[in-house]
Amino acid sequence: MIAAVATLAVVFAYLSLLAVGGANALLPELQRQAASFGWVDPRQFADLFALAQAAPGPNMLIVTLIGWRVAGLAGALAATAAFVLPAALLTYTVAGLWQRFREAPWRKRVQAGLTPVTVGLVMGAAVLLCRASIHGPGTALVALAAAAGLLATRLHPLWLLGLGAALGAGGILQ
Amino acid sequence: MTPPPVDPPRLSSLFANFAAVGLLGFGGVLPFARRMIVERRRWLSAAEFTDLLALCQFLPGPNVVNLSVALGGRFRGPAGALAAVSGLLGGPVAVVIVLGAVYGRYASVPWVAHMLGGLAAAASGLVLATALRIAAPLRRRPVAIGVAVAALAGVAVLRLPLLLVLLVLAPAAMLLQRPSA
Repeated sequence: MIAAVATLAVVFAYLSLLAVGGANALLPELQRQAASFGWVDPRQFADLFALAQAAPGPNMLIVTLIGWRVAGLAGALAATAAFVLPAALLTYTVAGLWQRFREAPWRKRVQAGLTPVTVGLVMGAAVLLCRASIHGPGTALVALAAAAGLLATRLHPLWLLGLGAALGAGGILQ
Repeated sequence: MTPPPVDPPRLSSLFANFAAVGLLGFGGVLPFARRMIVERRRWLSAAEFTDLLALCQFLPGPNVVNLSVALGGRFRGPAGALAAVSGLLGGPVAVVIVLGAVYGRYASVPWVAHMLGGLAAAASGLVLATALRIAAPLRRRPVAIGVAVAALAGVAVLRLPLLLVLLVLAPAAMLLQRPSA
């Protein structure tokens, strides 16, 4: 139990500093690590990701849920704290220096280089999540409808999640 | 940059305001954070907010969490950073732990499993839409598209470690492209 909590803390502290481009860009690595440690398989990962999206708050709560699955409350808190702390310390330290380097050419070059990598990583997250959550024409249609709904309408994403959940609960996606 | 035109908020105010943002922020916290910080509390001007957000997007870690740390720290030092981030995360972490407990208990009940299946498909679709939206500006930039496709293949097809993908692609992309603005 203590070993599990310690492992969670180490892995999520490492992931904190790898999370360039935000939480969505990290999802492929998170899924890979969770599978390799035997924490959750890809299908459970997609379920936990969906639960986290249905909750309020920053889009990093799948970290809390993985910690919960592995080691209960202690795991949830350890994973969350470990995921927040390294990046927070870095932000706190660098915030005072930001004015000095925000206009620097190297800063813009780093950002310009990271942007397409981030796009590819978020696309990778979409591919992996769709692969794990689409099991037939019904679920494929729900995923496409949610994507189209977000891109083409002004509907709040929570409605689109609710629609998917309602269609699923009705048993018509099987 | 000029200092914020208000007295620095108290720790309790940092905690309470970020707690409200966290609990109201369904489907993306950023718009709620911006409204609270810029419009309601006037802790930052719109330009200052954009600037601080740029820093948080530049650094690793969850962006809005970093934003709460930077803002709380600017006003009240380490205690301010802690108050803001614990306010932002406390409520949502409690909610999601309850959801996780319910999931653990009822995931094998057929209609709950089916409901989660529909929810998961919809959540995946939302990530797909987000990916397409951030990909759109790359349309006429073949080098950037090449880098994005390589990153996609690296993590989703080859299942390579992210560290490796970043160490190879980020420097390559930085050398190959010209900063746009």
